[in-house]
Amino acid sequence: MATTDLVKGVRTTRSTIALKLLMAASGIVFILFVLVHMYGNLKAFAGHDAYNEYAEHIRTIGTPILPRTGALWVLRVMLIVSLVAHVAAAVALWQRASKARPVRYEVKRNLSSSLSSRTMRWGGITLLLFIIWHLINFTIGKVNVSGGATNDPYNLLVDSFDTWWLTVIYLIAMLALGLHLHHGTFSALQTLGLTNTLTSRTRARVLGWTVAIVIAGGFSLVPLFTLFGVIDK
Amino acid sequence: MKLTLKIWRQADASAAGAMHTYELDGVSSDMSFLEMLDLLNEQLLTSGEEPVAFDSDCREGICGMCSLMINGQAHGPEVTTTCQLHMRSFTDGDTITIEPWRASSFPVLKDLVVDRTAFDRIIQNGGYISANTGSAPEANSVPAPRDKAMRSFNAATCIGCGACVAACPNGSASLFLGAKITHLGELPQGQPERYSRVASMVAQHDHEGFGGCTNIGECAAACPKEIPLDVISQLNRDLRTAIKQGF
Repeated sequence: MATTDLVKGVRTTRSTIALKLLMAASGIVFILFVLVHMYGNLKAFAGHDAYNEYAEHIRTIGTPILPRTGALWVLRVMLIVSLVAHVAAAVALWQRASKARPVRYEVKRNLSSSLSSRTMRWGGITLLLFIIWHLINFTIGKVNVSGGATNDPYNLLVDSFDTWWLTVIYLIAMLALGLHLHHGTFSALQTLGLTNTLTSRTRARVLGWTVAIVIAGGFSLVPLFTLFGVIDK
Repeated sequence: MKLTLKIWRQADASAAGAMHTYELDGVSSDMSFLEMLDLLNEQLLTSGEEPVAFDSDCREGICGMCSLMINGQAHGPEVTTTCQLHMRSFTDGDTITIEPWRASSFPVLKDLVVDRTAFDRIIQNGGYISANTGSAPEANSVPAPRDKAMRSFNAATCIGCGACVAACPNGSASLFLGAKITHLGELPQGQPERYSRVASMVAQHDHEGFGGCTNIGECAAACPKEIPLDVISQLNRDLRTAIKQGF
């Protein structure tokens, strides 16, 4: 692919770094979203009525200025746009990387890259599949695997996580989310050019660990405590 | 010491290559890695075989000409260039796998020699400052803050060997690019062309077919000059500013 010509008529918005900036920006939208989502899920510890009231409240934010579920739809559209941007940029960058390094080494040692950084792409696919299932499970389809009612958010949650294999699926997904957030948080800050010193780089790594543990750990509490019977009907 | 060498052999740029195995005896631990390969080539010449082609020049660790992926590590197990790697880093009976840099922007020319002129074109497309010729200006007429001067100097130690590209699973030259951007962008003399420079050099980098950075840090770990990962952050920040300025 080597060339001999110099590029003229440069457009920075078409560069790989511009794609990376798009990934970083959309990634930060997701980090903020999962943080709020995780916090909201903890309402399950407050019991049936509090949880369902919270679920209903999300739909009435901003009323009567906004219609019912208006604010929710604004958020959903933002998330869908971010998801499309994040996935499209990831696919473009993945293809680019595969073309740039088509031949594998016979022997290759990884010296400093973390497991999380090396699993971003497959981990991302895992998360995408999980998100599709998760939306079928609780939002679009409302699937109750134990055959119970689906119109009561709290009961649907308890029925779902009382099913051990579904809890296992969710916990694996949270592991994938933790890994993705661990490297993703650091990587986003580095891509935005905010880690120009050793101190700021170390802080970005610590933030990566914190975000991963708080969010993936916080999400895991509800399924685990449901399975152990602390959260029940 | 006695070694088993597994080496990539490829007749020319268009030929298909393969790994070949050689036994080499009489290697001294005081030899440099390249002297060890010289010894192998003497043995090959004696037996009428084609010697292994590899790049080298200064053999002092300052020119950036030598390369080689040694046992899966760019420039081998020590933080230095291949020419300054010595056989005392290996033990008798070792098997050493030697491969060329792998990146589509660095096509193999023969055996272990790759074409790294893509780097030259990245430099050509903005990796300089414009200065008037004539007598040298008064050294203290343009003040440079010490911390910026030090950072620039550290980035300027990049010898353009390409180990960063070789170590990167995405075949990205971001560490090289970041080193040049930081080197020129931190000093007062580099300011007038700062943002047009980053725009052009990044465009040339992409045009040459190098991949994008995923911030995993393999490049900085492979760099014989220990260029830190923060030069890539600097590169990203300058490119972001260039976008804002409409380049």
